[in-house]
Amino acid sequence: MKILRFASPKLVLLTLVSIFFLSAASAYAARVKEFNRSGQLIVTEKSAAEQQPVYDIKNRPKENIFAVPRPPFSEGVFPCSQCHKYLKPNPKQRVLTEHHTEIVLHHAEGQRWCTDCHNLVNRDKLRLVSGDLVDFTESYRLCGQCHGDKFRDWKVGVHGKRTGNWNGDKQYLLCVHCHNPHDPKFKALKPLPPPNRPGKAGH
Amino acid sequence: MSDNKKCDDHVLHKSRRKVLKGLAAGIGLIVMPGRDASASVWEEFFQKHFRELSKDELKSVIARLEKEHSKKFGKQVTVKTTPPIEGVKYGYGLDLSRCIGCRRCVYACVDENNQSRSPQIQWIRVMQLDKEKGVDLSYAEHYYNPATVPEKGRFYMPVQCQQCEKPPCTKVCPVQATWKENDGIVVVDYNWCIGCRYCMAACPYGARHFNWGKPELPASEMNPSTHYLGNRPRPKGVVEKCTFCIQRTREQPGRYPACEEACPVGARKFGNLLDPESEIRYLIENKRVFIFKEELNTQPKFFYFYAT
Repeated sequence: MKILRFASPKLVLLTLVSIFFLSAASAYAARVKEFNRSGQLIVTEKSAAEQQPVYDIKNRPKENIFAVPRPPFSEGVFPCSQCHKYLKPNPKQRVLTEHHTEIVLHHAEGQRWCTDCHNLVNRDKLRLVSGDLVDFTESYRLCGQCHGDKFRDWKVGVHGKRTGNWNGDKQYLLCVHCHNPHDPKFKALKPLPPPNRPGKAGH
Repeated sequence: MSDNKKCDDHVLHKSRRKVLKGLAAGIGLIVMPGRDASASVWEEFFQKHFRELSKDELKSVIARLEKEHSKKFGKQVTVKTTPPIEGVKYGYGLDLSRCIGCRRCVYACVDENNQSRSPQIQWIRVMQLDKEKGVDLSYAEHYYNPATVPEKGRFYMPVQCQQCEKPPCTKVCPVQATWKENDGIVVVDYNWCIGCRYCMAACPYGARHFNWGKPELPASEMNPSTHYLGNRPRPKGVVEKCTFCIQRTREQPGRYPACEEACPVGARKFGNLLDPESEIRYLIENKRVFIFKEELNTQPKFFYFYAT
């Protein structure tokens, strides 16, 4: 009892001092969890400068998911207005004989005409069913009107291809980078060579 | 009698000492001659298991490897040892309704991961299967070579390391030269591997490949950005496998694996299984998914799915 009474002020002081130091340290350093080479999780105090970033699910920056490259225009074709501003808009459905003759429509042909997607007056824009005009860089909104399921998958990265960093900036491709909008079926490719058969050349 | 024996023992003892001395001198003679490589050969021979290396030892091992590779390939080669990122478990998705079997992934992988051109080693194998039969391996063909793909009535299934949660390959390794890292990637320490190929027998996916000959890798095609556990140049007589491009994906920010980037139809998906907002999680939760040879309970982290 005597001893306890004697020691207690010291203990209190010690506790106070340690609390002070601990809180001071925590202001500059953070507990960092790392795997060592043996695969054990090691928790160490590290200063801000020493810290390696961890994959943070909650506080990650909002990524711009629609960072797309330039649409794949044929050479010299864009902006469309450079020619079309001299031409009178003609809404009549017809077979084109002078320009754009290389375009053969294999995309719901018979039900569709140029100006269903291309805006009649301002040719540098695309036209949604609602009458809204969108840029060529936003053409996924146009495609998504009919292909809603693909658009939904594309937005979450399941349809189409993402390049860049899996845990950082990504780049999407527009629908038209892989699918020719006038003939969207994916074209067959020549496969790269098959592997060598065992026992043949190269072994 | 007993004196005699004592004497014999003495002689034997003396001669053993002599033999040992001679042996040491002999070894010294073999090692000593001023061959440049001998020091690094010595070091390499006595190198510890990767996970038992201290920080300093690891540093000197990496310095040695970088020096050797840089000299051999005539360019600055880096050998990284980037550890796993906490909170990450890698998963891979492959859309069988999209894959057209063009083998672009196979060759992108060969280029990225410094696989031997001759004898040929390819970590990805694409199987051609019949739509009518489904995933029935008795109808699989991987030497297909038509003028164009996809062919009518066929579908294609690329197979590479499935990065199992319960990898049978690591269990059978007699020297623990292969193991599963904390981010789920199964890796090989090429300096510890003794080339017994038990792991190849244990792997149900044929995902492991053995360097039967000295790997031939043209210096101009060598990828100098390497990882110790991944695409650094391999010696003859060791086993190698897909590591989800560990040299790319472990960085922050980390690039997508080479096969994912090469796919012309966007059939390949990659991400963090522990991130509920990743594309890999979305497809597992929303698409029709299967894992290959599920009945073996290897629990692959490679998910085949059908987006449509």
